[in-house]
Amino acid sequence: MMKPATTASEPVTFPQDRTCPYHPPTAYDPLREGRPLSRVTLYDGRDVWVVTGHSAARQLLADPRLSSDRTRAAFPMTNERFARSRDRRLTLLGVDDPEHHDQRRMLVPSFTVKRVTAMRPRIQETVDRLLSDMVTARPPAELVRAFALPLPSMVICDLLGVPYADHEFFEEQSRRVLRGPSAADTQDARDQLDRYLGDLIDKKRAEPGDGLLDELIQEQLRDGALDRAQLVSLATLLLVAGHETTANMISLGTFTLLRHPEQLAELRAEPELISGAVEELLRFLSIADGLLRVATEDIEFAGATIRADEGVLFSTSVINRDTAAFAQPDTLDWHRPARHHVAFGFGIHQCLGQNLARAELEIALHTLFETLPGLRLAAPAEQIPFKPGDTIQGMLELPVTW
Amino acid sequence: MTGDISITIDRDVCIGAGQCALAAPGVFTQDDDGYSELLPGKEDGGGDPLVREAARACPVSAITVTEKGAETSPAH
Repeated sequence: MMKPATTASEPVTFPQDRTCPYHPPTAYDPLREGRPLSRVTLYDGRDVWVVTGHSAARQLLADPRLSSDRTRAAFPMTNERFARSRDRRLTLLGVDDPEHHDQRRMLVPSFTVKRVTAMRPRIQETVDRLLSDMVTARPPAELVRAFALPLPSMVICDLLGVPYADHEFFEEQSRRVLRGPSAADTQDARDQLDRYLGDLIDKKRAEPGDGLLDELIQEQLRDGALDRAQLVSLATLLLVAGHETTANMISLGTFTLLRHPEQLAELRAEPELISGAVEELLRFLSIADGLLRVATEDIEFAGATIRADEGVLFSTSVINRDTAAFAQPDTLDWHRPARHHVAFGFGIHQCLGQNLARAELEIALHTLFETLPGLRLAAPAEQIPFKPGDTIQGMLELPVTW
Repeated sequence: MTGDISITIDRDVCIGAGQCALAAPGVFTQDDDGYSELLPGKEDGGGDPLVREAARACPVSAITVTEKGAETSPAH
């Protein structure tokens, strides 16, 4: 069934920039040959395992012998920015069970399918308002600033109880955290975000509101289940993850649809395809590429031994194009069963906000093309800048007209 | 597959991702704490073909589908 792991030839360097914003870098092609497991070289010259097979990814992402604890000395890093902050204890994403389980349990009730369904009318209202502002301002527009970023930003602010009035500040810091020009700049942005959210939490302790942060203050901070530093770290994580990822999916999803007129026409003719289309876009675009773990003990897998302290990287863009799991994986197909993609990860760390992201994407993409049927790119596609490979993938700008 | 199965959910393992409620909304839901639970009267899956898809979608293999008379482990 599973071929032995190939470790032949020179390891590929990871990450690399995409050549086309919606396809994995062509430089990753050798990884497709080496499924399910091969080797890549990181920015610091370190070689780690890379998981590229879909079935292998599901097994290994659920394996408790692979740790997410970034404070472990052997934890692999994919860029200098993140390496510099390795001693910053990262809640949720950066801890293992049982600590992770306790933290996740505090947040889960706010992200259930039911809670998200209840948020849909408000998301729709926000989408309608943003699009109506765009129409009033007349074409052309820059879709990242006008739509893709403000929508998830407003939604997560609402959910957390963070004043949207401060959005320029925290959007700027998030941008620097995820792709600042230097490690020092990223550190500074993290410090600023921590200070801002710490102050906000102190203010809320004195004057409670009704967001998730307020709930966490009432239920977890007062009981001592979380300390202030942990709550600040959680708040930072939710705020950054809550808007950056979805914003990138909206901008890159829109660009991808505009570059696939046939699929776009089909989606317009049959709007009920939207939820399948969102799953397929999540799979196809795999914007969070390169999930990281470190082995805490030797793991025998697919004829290879992953040794304790070796790094393991999951290339979601390659995994989600595994022909063993998805027929003709390089084709966008709204009818394929795409839901078992690993764009949200797998195992205990699978994205907490995935159902919220799905709702936002369905409403945003459907309403955008319904409201602006003539939507098109306002610049040659090849000239529109997109994000470099060492961060979450998406468009830097998206000039459109209609 | 006409109700000849029983479904168990390991709630200590469940992380509340909601994949089961999304994949087979006729059988699974999430309680107020976010954890997976079966809708009343759906302990045998009610013949819903999506039950196996829900078990497969679970990121932590918290759902076990047992055939009448034979045990099967969660799908991988």
